Amino acid sequence: MTLKTEDVRNIAHLARLQIDDDSLDQYTSALSDILTLVEQMNEVDTSGIRPMAHPLDATQRLREDAVTEPNLRDKFQAIAPDVEKGLYRVPKVIE
Amino acid sequence: MNKTISQIQQGLAKKEFSSVEITQDYLTAIKQHNPAINCYISVTEDLALQQAKAADQRIASGNAQALTGVPLAHKDVFCTDGVKTSCGSKMLDNFVAPYDATIIENFKAEDSVMLGKTNMDEFAMGSSNENSYYGIVANPWDNERVPGGSSGGSAAAVAAGLAPAATGTDTGGSIRQPAALCGVTGIKPTYGRVSRYGMIAFGSSLDQGGPFARTAEDCAILLQTMAGFDQRDSTSIVQPVPDYSTSLGNNIKGLKIGLPKEYFAEGLDAGVASVIESAIDEYRKLGAEIIEISLPNTKFSIPVYYVVALAECSSNLSRFDGVRFGHRCDSPVDLEDLYKRSRAEGFGEEVKRRIMLGTYALSAGYYDAYYLKAQQIRRLIKQDFEQAFKKVDVIAGPTTPEVAFKLGDKTDDPVSMYLQDIYTISLNLAGLPGMSIPAGFSQGLPVGLQLIGNYFDEARLLNTAHQFQLSSDWHIQTPEMK
Repeated sequence: MTLKTEDVRNIAHLARLQIDDDSLDQYTSALSDILTLVEQMNEVDTSGIRPMAHPLDATQRLREDAVTEPNLRDKFQAIAPDVEKGLYRVPKVIE
Repeated sequence: MNKTISQIQQGLAKKEFSSVEITQDYLTAIKQHNPAINCYISVTEDLALQQAKAADQRIASGNAQALTGVPLAHKDVFCTDGVKTSCGSKMLDNFVAPYDATIIENFKAEDSVMLGKTNMDEFAMGSSNENSYYGIVANPWDNERVPGGSSGGSAAAVAAGLAPAATGTDTGGSIRQPAALCGVTGIKPTYGRVSRYGMIAFGSSLDQGGPFARTAEDCAILLQTMAGFDQRDSTSIVQPVPDYSTSLGNNIKGLKIGLPKEYFAEGLDAGVASVIESAIDEYRKLGAEIIEISLPNTKFSIPVYYVVALAECSSNLSRFDGVRFGHRCDSPVDLEDLYKRSRAEGFGEEVKRRIMLGTYALSAGYYDAYYLKAQQIRRLIKQDFEQAFKKVDVIAGPTTPEVAFKLGDKTDDPVSMYLQDIYTISLNLAGLPGMSIPAGFSQGLPVGLQLIGNYFDEARLLNTAHQFQLSSDWHIQTPEMK
């Protein structure tokens, strides 16, 4: 399958990756190659096969609704790029 | 510096050397050889000596545990409290983990010594260790060749004698393939056997941690510490952990070993094939019964893997957004710019390719054609193995189709790189345990024999590997370090 550069531009946006126009062609060809590989899957008839979500078909465990984690805000925020008064700072979102 | 873990345990117990002495020996060897091999991202010298000193006190007071004072290296994918955990990425170059992964806690609880954090393909994505922000890792057998990936630093460190053993992770072969290419022993346990808590995620339904060492005996010792249920990992499985060391000596006479015909077909290098055939002959001599089997969906494991793994990676790596930790771009104009530039600057090329492909496979209108289809074929791949394990106890074959390739040989062609994992990735898709053990040499480079076990049958795999190592000496051969 061949992607167009416009497709790749859109995928990059969905993935929140800034891709320069100069490298769009390169990504387009690499991603198209991988998709061609992936298309071998179409040779397999999978009608009626249940998708496998977990190798051991395990289901989500439940636990008591109890507090298990201590509050480590200061420790976690010590490695954050920009914090103020215990909050993470990002550029203004609401005008 | 070619001691095994069990030799170090004995030496410490008999007071032939102290933990500080053996740790210092490794640190000295690292200083001498790491510049050429580049298998460590961080060497935690001060911490190691401090832990070794504490271990020596424990030994002196008669309270030593199995791993007290034993030096180890950990793949830089495992979070280590207070120690930089980069995952081989610029994105986490400034990330000092605020907590320990469960397996790190386990090793600390046994008083082992951490020598440092090993190099790896960025976010564990790669088969050659050429995708690390911290530079390529050289194969100790030939510095012009790749060590394999993604746990290339761990495999190279053990092969070069810069650690007696190391931890790694395996999403599509990332323990077994570098173990094979570097001539060391490695095991990927059953999915859910070793906790993934604090192990930076790549493909959550595939990732599994495990050890590298010189011998199967050492892998048994390390897996004993790593394995077990962990309530902090929602995919951890409640299953008792057997004593892996006691069954090592079991006789393997009558063991049924299956050879999948698809693993010996086109694409397998003739030199590798002949080494594997000799290894199988050795098993015949040990009394094993060799049976040809078929895993008909093998060829689909690569396309299925690259959908499942990449879809999961695109989802997992969305957490790296420049807000709470990791790399943030300079002067973002708005939130979207912050996300896009932080991620573009922080991630390398292969990681970006994989995120984009995974994003595409999960995007509206494509989910059924890619992810759902892949998960259906995944069940067929699992069923192939279930059929096979009705007839045999263990499956054997080559770990990789060829020996270590030259640095740069496959970097321009991602698809040819992906094909290196043809024999390893189906196990991750099925969730089965697998090992790679040194089986001989081709072109002067190590060849790995892969052993595949049934679910939670790690003890039998280790036993099967140990019996081979009792009657062969491939695993004790070491590269000449200049």
